[in-house]
Amino acid sequence: MKYAKDFIITSNEQLDQRNVLLKMRPADGDMPTMQPGQFVQVQSPANKDTFLRLPISINNVEDGQLWLMVQMIGEGTKALGYLRRGDPLNLVLPLGNGFSVSEVKGTVLLVGGGVGIAPLLYAGRALKDNGAEPVFLLGARTANGVLERDLFEQIGRVLITTEDGSLGERGFVTQHSALQSQHFDKIMVCGPKPMMVAVARYAKQHSIDCEVSLENMMACGLGACLCCVEKTVKGNVCVCTEGPVFNINQLTWQL
Amino acid sequence: MATLSVQIAGLTLRNPVMTASGTFGYGLEFEDFVPMSKLGGIIVKGTTLLPREGNDYPRMAETASGMLNCVGLQNKGVHYFAEHIYPQLCDMDTNVIVNVSGSSPDNYAECAAVIDTLDHIPAIELNISCPNVKDGGMAFGVSCQGAASVVRAVRRKYSKTLIVKLSPNVTDITAIARAVEDEGADAVSLINTLMGMSIDIERRCPRLSIGTGGLSGPAIKPVAVRMVHQVAHAVKIPVIGLGGIMTAADAIEFLMAGATAIQVGTANFIDPAVTGKIVDGLNQWLDNHKLADIHEIIGII
Repeated sequence: MKYAKDFIITSNEQLDQRNVLLKMRPADGDMPTMQPGQFVQVQSPANKDTFLRLPISINNVEDGQLWLMVQMIGEGTKALGYLRRGDPLNLVLPLGNGFSVSEVKGTVLLVGGGVGIAPLLYAGRALKDNGAEPVFLLGARTANGVLERDLFEQIGRVLITTEDGSLGERGFVTQHSALQSQHFDKIMVCGPKPMMVAVARYAKQHSIDCEVSLENMMACGLGACLCCVEKTVKGNVCVCTEGPVFNINQLTWQL
Repeated sequence: MATLSVQIAGLTLRNPVMTASGTFGYGLEFEDFVPMSKLGGIIVKGTTLLPREGNDYPRMAETASGMLNCVGLQNKGVHYFAEHIYPQLCDMDTNVIVNVSGSSPDNYAECAAVIDTLDHIPAIELNISCPNVKDGGMAFGVSCQGAASVVRAVRRKYSKTLIVKLSPNVTDITAIARAVEDEGADAVSLINTLMGMSIDIERRCPRLSIGTGGLSGPAIKPVAVRMVHQVAHAVKIPVIGLGGIMTAADAIEFLMAGATAIQVGTANFIDPAVTGKIVDGLNQWLDNHKLADIHEIIGII
């Protein structure tokens, strides 16, 4: 069941210069069941140039609250960044398929870049609850860009790369030494496309099952407008309904 | 409660609110948000004789009060529709209308003939106005001869209510409307999207994969209202109005301009429950103005 639901902001925490963490509760107190890797469509309060809803992945669901991490890059996301406790926000949710967290055993590497780490927190918690061992590999330009590090550390081991070397190992996530020295049973990735392609290539070379979360531009989020399509082995499919999470063997990326 | 029921040729709608093709899937995608029994009708995704993959990604660009799309009629073809999708639509308590597109008068007609055999589809909407396909689509809708040739071919093969969806990308939309009326169209719907373009100045390239796309949303509403008004005065067949309708007040503008029914399109993307709200809003507005029947405002301008 999908809903168009009013939420009330309970807190707005500045994570760094560009990112905020919004926590909110359903106005009617009834939180829908959501799977890690699913997303919501947010109606931004700035409703002129930002006409359509904004798709945002689910960062966490805890204590009757939904967490959304928002990178303030355009008018719509900036308006979300200015929300304060008590403000209303309308969401369509839950949307998409999610990571296969309940089917996995063993050590699972969750790789995130920038704000792409958002869905990995909720996914990591679910993996741990299901008896798998989540290991997080977080990449950012600088130490400041490694978001929610303390929360990830509460769930599992955290590996970090920064491009300037200010935290963890210097370089990109695919250059982390753990990728050469350790074995992983499954990889889940969310971040910029070049990063996801690089991780998918590593997974393929090492014959590790790998899921990526795509963020193609979309309008409806319900499979009606057919705008967010990705080329797959089954032809063009909607990322909003068939994804956003895809196994890399379904995609036509050159790996 | 006012009477909202309207008639489009042989087709009775419980109210004038329908959904625009390509914005409401097959209705199934929206059942969590609005009961189909609340709507006058739904017009399902553009269907062609053969399957189409559509255009490459990116297919969408957001613009001021609107959006551009260049989906390009992605669909699995009319035979797949008849076999796999139609059975799921038979029990829907509303008029399910199929939007039909093609690349030649003959293959429009062949596609329409397949739909003609489906008992629970009382009408088709002929799409001679899609701006996003190279072969056919809008090519037919921008000349009187082209439009007439498609409607003539389809009319021979299709026995039920035939609605023709008109393109606004023309010099005189009334001439096209009269041409399709002369060939036996039962109604016209307008407007399809306005052809537009958006450029990413940093990447120095168009935002859409094929360069151009169709503009929809509130940005086009005044153009649509004007064209509905012109066409309603130029033809005798019913006019179905669409283009940027977000609220009941928007719908009333189109009805006053001469539309017998309206379609809601892009608004479904922003609020998937909007169509139900528009029906409620129409009722409320008529009650507030002590009007007993929707016909008291249709075409009063």
